[in-house]
Amino acid sequence: MAKWTYSDKVKDHFMNPRNILREDNEADFHGIGLTGNIKCGDEMMVYIKVNPDKLTITDCKWRTYGCASAIASTSILSEMVIGMTLDQAYAITAKDILKELDGLPDNKVHCSVLGDKALRAAIDDYYGKNGMEDRIRTKGAKIVCECMQVTDEDIEHAVLDGVRSFSELQDMTKIGTGCGECHENAQSVMSEYIQKHFGL
Amino acid sequence: MEHRTVYFDNNATTPLHPGVKEALIEGLEIFGNPSSMHGFGREAREKIEEAREKVASFIGAEADEILFVGSGSEANNTVLSLLHCDSTRCFCALSGRSGLVTTVIEHPCVLNTARDLGRKNHAVTYLSVDKYGRIDLEELRRAVTDKVGMVSIMMANNEIGTIQDIKAAARIAHEGGALFHTDAVQAVGKIPVDVRDLDVDFLTISAHKLYGPKGIGALYVKKGSPYCPLILGGHQENGRRAGTENSLGIIGLGKAVELRALEMEEEEKRLLELKNILKDGIAKAIPDTLFMGHPEHCLPGTLSVSFVGAEGEAILLYLDLAGIAVSTGSACASGSLDPSHVIMATGVPVENAHGSVRISLGRENTLDDVQYMLHHLPPIIDRIRTMSTAYRRR
Repeated sequence: MAKWTYSDKVKDHFMNPRNILREDNEADFHGIGLTGNIKCGDEMMVYIKVNPDKLTITDCKWRTYGCASAIASTSILSEMVIGMTLDQAYAITAKDILKELDGLPDNKVHCSVLGDKALRAAIDDYYGKNGMEDRIRTKGAKIVCECMQVTDEDIEHAVLDGVRSFSELQDMTKIGTGCGECHENAQSVMSEYIQKHFGL
Repeated sequence: MEHRTVYFDNNATTPLHPGVKEALIEGLEIFGNPSSMHGFGREAREKIEEAREKVASFIGAEADEILFVGSGSEANNTVLSLLHCDSTRCFCALSGRSGLVTTVIEHPCVLNTARDLGRKNHAVTYLSVDKYGRIDLEELRRAVTDKVGMVSIMMANNEIGTIQDIKAAARIAHEGGALFHTDAVQAVGKIPVDVRDLDVDFLTISAHKLYGPKGIGALYVKKGSPYCPLILGGHQENGRRAGTENSLGIIGLGKAVELRALEMEEEEKRLLELKNILKDGIAKAIPDTLFMGHPEHCLPGTLSVSFVGAEGEAILLYLDLAGIAVSTGSACASGSLDPSHVIMATGVPVENAHGSVRISLGRENTLDDVQYMLHHLPPIIDRIRTMSTAYRRR
């Protein structure tokens, strides 16, 4: 049989996903974070239990709607974070998840980016519920293109999907195809993300 | 249940018919250039002309109306390229009628060629489809203005299997003074196709969809139709398609249609029965499913289904691990971020498009294959739904 689409690690987590949330124990968790949406093809929900004294994650469960790499990346993330402090977990990036998975095809990278976002949303949810609002660092996605409602997060996803030029970005997101006022800002946001993720 | 491999992706491509394989092995001996006048060349020429006869008779055409091309995509590109012929190298310019009417559910080789025409300032109209994937003939009638040179409508859709009323569509095109092309790649070899009865001007065939080899297709060009070659060069195919003929591929295509003529009718009846068993089995075992495509006007072996809360690539890969090959309209599996344009065009919610699976049966499939699928699919869907954010049991 020809080589599988993904790494052995991805295959393992796809075939035997760890820490899936069962329907009956949703209420036992201290922080819940949701990211993505079904319309786009990927949606992830991360649930954490927190030791309130040490501020460490004692358990992490998840649900994911999405492809094999989305399932595997949430599964592996749930294993990575158990035992971490909230600060450590908050610092996990898409790159960290990718590394644990032994890589993903370029066009799949946006899937695994969602897991770390859902996790940060869950941590922020915990902070919010426990009077630690000052620790919340997530700022909502900022709209860059008003006409087409394209956010900085959308631009980041596009960059992670391989977009390198403004016309490619427009093909993918339709950004700046309305009034066109956002062009300059959109290009600089795009360049920032290219710099951030790929150092180019 | 014992592990087996089940190929349910016959709309993507088909395995070689054993008879075709045999013909190809024999054909390997024939190396002469069919344009050569000596014995080696004449032998190759003879085989090619035999194959041409077979293809022609399979679709009710004359032999000189068939030309061999490298693929269905090439055939479709060739036909649409007539619209920008400026008559400087041939005499086919469509008297100023440079517009194209096509549909939103065409294969990418038509859609992307149409978009290219659009960029070159040709007026292109894309007909919408109903929830079953059928066009509205009245919309077509309105679209065929005196600026339209060509109407191109696929006969049967590769993803959902829906079959269009090509005879009526061709009549409407002709009444409006336009030429009519149909991409019949998914239809020829699965349902009866007669070019005289349909009265089309151009029709596209691909060998690898009917148990023939890859890299070879045929284009029917009705006698007297305007025609302009896409590939310039030698005089092959009567100057209509340059490049030394792919004799081996042509032999394979000829054998494939010969065998289809013998086997198609019985086999497609059998595939329809198998598909219905599969469909009923899925409907019974798996809640919250949506079947797509036309309930009647549909390819016998094509079943398109979507499972709420389960994403298509995950379904495909779990089935693959069980030895079953299907395809999906999910964005994840397509390499782009967009789910199937065909399923979206039928007005199905986007999450259903992401969760769509195409099961396409072929001549090698058996009842055991169907039962194997019905054994594996329900637990796979259940498993995916258990970890899905988008599904709650009732």
